[in-house]
Amino acid sequence: MMSLLIAILLIGLMSAFFGGLLGYASVRFKVESDPLVDQIDELLPQTQCGQCGYPGCRPYAEAVSNGEEINKCAPGGDSTIKKIADLMGVEAPSLDENHEQDAGPKVAFIIEEDCIGCTKCIQACPVDAIIGAAKQMHTIISDECTGCDLCVAPCPVDCIEMRPIPQTTKNWQWDLNKIPVVEIDQVKS
Amino acid sequence: MTDYLLLLIGTVLVNNFVLVQFLGLCPFMGVSSKTETAIGMSFATTFVMTLASLLSYLVNTYILTPLSLEYLTTMSFILVIAVVVQFTEMVVHKTSANLYRLLGIFLPLITTNCAVLGVTLLNIYEQHNFFESLVYGFGAAVGFSLVLVMFSAMREKLANADIPKPFQGSAIAMITAGLMSLAFMGFSGLVKI
Repeated sequence: MMSLLIAILLIGLMSAFFGGLLGYASVRFKVESDPLVDQIDELLPQTQCGQCGYPGCRPYAEAVSNGEEINKCAPGGDSTIKKIADLMGVEAPSLDENHEQDAGPKVAFIIEEDCIGCTKCIQACPVDAIIGAAKQMHTIISDECTGCDLCVAPCPVDCIEMRPIPQTTKNWQWDLNKIPVVEIDQVKS
Repeated sequence: MTDYLLLLIGTVLVNNFVLVQFLGLCPFMGVSSKTETAIGMSFATTFVMTLASLLSYLVNTYILTPLSLEYLTTMSFILVIAVVVQFTEMVVHKTSANLYRLLGIFLPLITTNCAVLGVTLLNIYEQHNFFESLVYGFGAAVGFSLVLVMFSAMREKLANADIPKPFQGSAIAMITAGLMSLAFMGFSGLVKI
């Protein structure tokens, strides 16, 4: 029991000592930094993901204060861009294309409870992927749907939504033919 | 003197931490895509490893062993390493802005480099004395730096090489690391410790 207490005390003392040392060092070796960088850094999500092309949130904050585009933070999304734009007093641009989350393939889906059977979406569909009749509920043959979005706008009750297709081994694009198989003689010549 | 030299060569080449003992593989794969960053990481790791092995020896010899609390080594060494890393970061930040820009982002990463903890723990298991611990820590860091810089140079060459699609990126890097490890096995028996 005694040795247990000593161990706890020791670890506590060591932590306190090192903590004090670091605390002292942080005051003693304080570096004055640009307050704007600190403010921008606080707005960023601190995921340190590097999707902006900088090695972390703080380097990106520094780059922003030096005039870098403010729309490169994908995890932060539009809300972060807006906050930074407010801070910098500039117009909020939309998220950089390169950093937008990949949309992936989608299919249309009819929320059947809301469907009033107006057939407008059937007329809009270019591939006849919607079945149904007047005053009857419609539905979508998802295997036929190309995800073209054309049926979403005509729907008067907004009961069509585009849903992403979950990726499975069946619909994954394997691209097997893209692996170049060439004869060595051809490469050499 | 010869003993220390043998220990140094033994740690750098024969018992290389990355390629023979397989410690610190995360930074080895993670920061080796550019030689410049690899060199920055090497310097930061060398500094931290040497200092951490020295301090952890002192903590173990003068605090833990007299109180017969050896079972706390891992925990207290993690504490020591974290403090060394943080302290180094602050000092470097204050004293040299250039060096900080070069090392800055790598310094916090070293805390989680298992090679650093490995060095301090192996020092205890092998019952090294003060100077042996110092040499062992430094040697391990030099070995780490050596293979990291070599590997990053290879990866820069690989970036321009004509690699078949399925092997591009990480795959070829893993294969290269494996081949390097095989090559380093050739050093075994060079120094008998």
